[in-house]
Amino acid sequence: MIETENLTKKFGDLIVVDNVTLRVNDGEVFGFLGPNGAGKTTTVRMLCCLISKTSGTARIGNYEVGNRADQQKIRRMVGLLTENVGLYEELSAYDNLDFYGRFYRMDEQKRKEQIEYLLKMLGLWERRNEAAGTFSKGMKQKLAIARALIHDPQVLFLDEPTANLDPEAAKTVRDFILELKKQKRTIFLNTHLLDEAEKVCDRVAILKTRLIAIGTPQELRRSLSGRKIKVQLQRVDDVIVEAIKKIGFQVSEITNNGLVIDVNDPEKENQAILKAIEAAGGYVQFITETGSTLEDVYLKLVRG
Amino acid sequence: MDLQSAWAVAAKDFKIFKRKSQIIYITIAFPLAVGIAFPLIVQYALYNAKSHLVGGLSITGLMDAFSVWFLIGAAIIPAAIASYSLVGEKIQKSLEPLLATPMTDGEILLGKTISGLVVPLAAIYAGSAIFMVLMDLVTHSKLGYLYYPNWHIGAILLVAPLICLFSVELNIIISSRINDVRTAQQMGMLSALPFFGLYFASEFGFFAFNDSNLLILAGVILVVDFVVFFVSRATFQREEILTKWK
Ligand SMILES: Nc1ncnc2c1ncn2[C@@H]1O[C@H](COP(=O)(O)OP(=O)(O)OP(=O)(O)O)[C@@H](O)[C@H]1O
Ligand SMILES: [Mg+2]
Repeated sequence: MIETENLTKKFGDLIVVDNVTLRVNDGEVFGFLGPNGAGKTTTVRMLCCLISKTSGTARIGNYEVGNRADQQKIRRMVGLLTENVGLYEELSAYDNLDFYGRFYRMDEQKRKEQIEYLLKMLGLWERRNEAAGTFSKGMKQKLAIARALIHDPQVLFLDEPTANLDPEAAKTVRDFILELKKQKRTIFLNTHLLDEAEKVCDRVAILKTRLIAIGTPQELRRSLSGRKIKVQLQRVDDVIVEAIKKIGFQVSEITNNGLVIDVNDPEKENQAILKAIEAAGGYVQFITETGSTLEDVYLKLVRG
Repeated sequence: MDLQSAWAVAAKDFKIFKRKSQIIYITIAFPLAVGIAFPLIVQYALYNAKSHLVGGLSITGLMDAFSVWFLIGAAIIPAAIASYSLVGEKIQKSLEPLLATPMTDGEILLGKTISGLVVPLAAIYAGSAIFMVLMDLVTHSKLGYLYYPNWHIGAILLVAPLICLFSVELNIIISSRINDVRTAQQMGMLSALPFFGLYFASEFGFFAFNDSNLLILAGVILVVDFVVFFVSRATFQREEILTKWK
């Protein structure tokens, strides 16, 4: 549905997005991760035909980003939740949405139905006649999402949809994203919340001007940091830690009664580790495999 | 060019204007001030023999001079209103979602121009209607005929929209650089300076707002309109707005 090849954006001499090649499939929720200034917003703006690309190609569906004739068609088929909500504070929630509906050739009846559906879905229907300026941050964010969906777009770009929201509001928004996913929409989600990406995304990419990784959250976790085991002991002491290091393993975390050990193939290696611990006088209570989190992978990649 | 989209933008602006007391005051105060206060001054001048207000000017000269205020209004009122509609969008950051719709830049710009023009023109035409009626009421017994309507005010009311347009387009250019409604309004009001100049020049007899001079003025403003329009059109580009408007 979304496809880019060597997509690049420069502002003057500054390269902000550098040769990004990626593909987002139909109905997929795609997480676009990256630190501040990574170029996420710039990429989305290029894909929504808001700013020009410097080089490379990008396609949305059958349309070509940067092709004059296709620009409007692309804007007609995508919905964009901008980084800043940008609502008309003086206008009511209803009027904010109704205003946008007019640009997509929706007649009044159609607009009415769609607004009612969206506002009910997001729990804002009761407050439809209140000025958007009186809404809380979370409500504004939801209203802005409704605005992005007013024309029932196939492709949805969400630029940090849960930024600045309290955990509860963030959850409502995430749940809504999952609901949209069920409707088979293609969703491109900019975020720097790894937890969020892990919860809602089918695949993620990590951007830092260049694309530094792409895959499912599980794939990234596996490929980029080896496996780990967590050993719970009655008591940890230096002798035990030394004994493990001596047989060639890295101990990445030491607590009062636990050790996290980097391994390659725990099915084969655990036996040796257990023996070393016992020989050093340790008493093993549990042994489990712990996956590294997406956060580990992210930090490792982003810090280079 | 989809006129419906442009109109939707303007209609949305009108809804917002209705909630801005400053805009409402200006649009009500102007016609009242110009339409009522000036005839009262003429009335006073006519029936107070001692008054030197009429001085060198004839009654009709005084009326002609006062009618120039419609031109000054045409420069000032749009400055007050258009800055709300543009800097307002900028501050609320509502331009980006708007630019993400299928609308073209031209359609958005047209909508903004309509909303910047309609309210001031309504105020000016309403004011001029009151002005003409009351002036006739005050002066017809002295003059022995109805002075208004006449070509002079007709010419002024034809030039007024051109000045409004100039003021609106100028405001679009100003708004691309300014982030504060007050400042944008003040800068926009500078566009009234030349008309103040002409007004005082006419009061002191250096310039006459006669029909031929008004025609020349109209021609000059028309040319200026084209220039400002093209500059504002060049300023109002998606990419420019999102990346260069600070
Ligand atoms: N108009 C512009 N002119 C010059 N540089 C720009 C412009 N817009 C963005 N940049 C630069 O491009 C880089 C990427 O910005 P962008 O907003 O795309 O990052 P982001 O990944 O969305 O960051 P964040 O997480 O903070 O939203 C930044 O270094 C920014 O300073
Ligand atoms: Mg961003």
